[in-house]
Amino acid sequence: MDFQVVTNNFVFLIAQGFLGIGAFTGGTLRLAIPAIVFGFMLGTLVGLARLSPSRWLNWPAKIYVELFRGVPLVMVIFWFWFMIPTLSGKSLPEYSVALTAFVIFEAAYLAEIVRAGIQSVPRGQVEAATATGLAKGQLMRHVILPQALRNMIPALVTQFIVLVKDTSLASIIGYVDLTKAAQIVNNREIRPFEIYLFIAFVYWLLCYSMSRYAKHIERRFSVSHP
Amino acid sequence: MNYQFNWSVLWTGQSGGWLWLGVLTTLQIFVLGLALAVILGILSGALRTVPFALLRWLASGYVEFFRNVPLLVWMFFWYFAVPPLLPPVVQDWLFEHGVEFWAGVFALGVYHGARFSEVMRAGIQSIPKTQLEAALSTGLTVAQAYRLIIIPIALRLIIPPATNETLNLLKNSSVALTIGVAELTFQTRQIETYTARALEALVAGTLIYLALCLTISTILAYIESRVAIPGMIAQGQTGEA
Repeated sequence: MDFQVVTNNFVFLIAQGFLGIGAFTGGTLRLAIPAIVFGFMLGTLVGLARLSPSRWLNWPAKIYVELFRGVPLVMVIFWFWFMIPTLSGKSLPEYSVALTAFVIFEAAYLAEIVRAGIQSVPRGQVEAATATGLAKGQLMRHVILPQALRNMIPALVTQFIVLVKDTSLASIIGYVDLTKAAQIVNNREIRPFEIYLFIAFVYWLLCYSMSRYAKHIERRFSVSHP
Repeated sequence: MNYQFNWSVLWTGQSGGWLWLGVLTTLQIFVLGLALAVILGILSGALRTVPFALLRWLASGYVEFFRNVPLLVWMFFWYFAVPPLLPPVVQDWLFEHGVEFWAGVFALGVYHGARFSEVMRAGIQSIPKTQLEAALSTGLTVAQAYRLIIIPIALRLIIPPATNETLNLLKNSSVALTIGVAELTFQTRQIETYTARALEALVAGTLIYLALCLTISTILAYIESRVAIPGMIAQGQTGEA
């Protein structure tokens, strides 16, 4: 075992592969962070639609969620990889394809988190807010969403951990994330054990510390919410 | 959109056979991976709750290490990094019997074992502590109490969250295409490569995955209804893919 190969390629793996600073449009975080932000926006809309009393809103939302949760992410990435050129007539770069696929895929999971968060707000809050004369939109914006968001935070951090791990799959369409960067280095150096163990450690460090953080805030919130 | 669908590519030529082979390979890797994951999950999940610090610590180490690294990285690790370290006899056997398939089984089994472990631990922790105390006071050792009482009860409680994990394992088996296992997603791509009909192939693959998920969740729901303990449902980990 010789970890010299890791120190020699450290800058490429971390700057290019993990952060996305370098010659390629790549990077694990450069994909994961916009994907969770946009995915959460879309997920909130889908989650609200699922809770809507109108059948025209809650049925499509339910189908959306069940469809994407029943299909492997690899399959969804291939859909977008082949569908976008077929529908639009021009091919997009890997980054756009991967980001689109992740936003749409993650939104299905995030919608369920949003829905659970909203349903966790006690019914009495809705009744009290209605009694003070708030309209439906005001009720959602000022009373339910702020409390729901707070309840969702641990689940959102957990989902972000999942997303960071899932972004490794963007490498199958050629997006240069940490995993792809490791493949590139390994093709040149042929030291799979050291290289893959090193990137496993990088992922582990990020995901494990975030999961500790999620546990911590969960415990803190559960104290104030008896 | 002016795409002309041509569904016949799915049953003319070799496509139908490829899809069928893909389904079979997916099911094989799923069943073997699931068996390994369930065994590892029960063992490590139980060990995380026993009153011996060293065993708890070892089991937690396994879970936290494997759970927090992407499955794809484990696929590459078991496929590229591990075989050269094995004794030559094992290497020869592996290269004759499809090293990518067994690397895929191990990657899936060990990764999802760590995730099943969390479900198992939550299940055991949802059993009132008095159960273990009662078992110990009848003269059983800790090992006997776990084997005869705690684990059987926990297994009956965890079926709903375990169903979720089982479906995740099925979906994640598609990641094995990256190391060259000819499973369903791999065959879908193969049809695309040979016929240039991407959307038909992807729709077929997607529908097969949805059907497999539905079948598995129906079977597990039936088992759940047979073995459920009235009034008790374990709260496992949810929402992780």
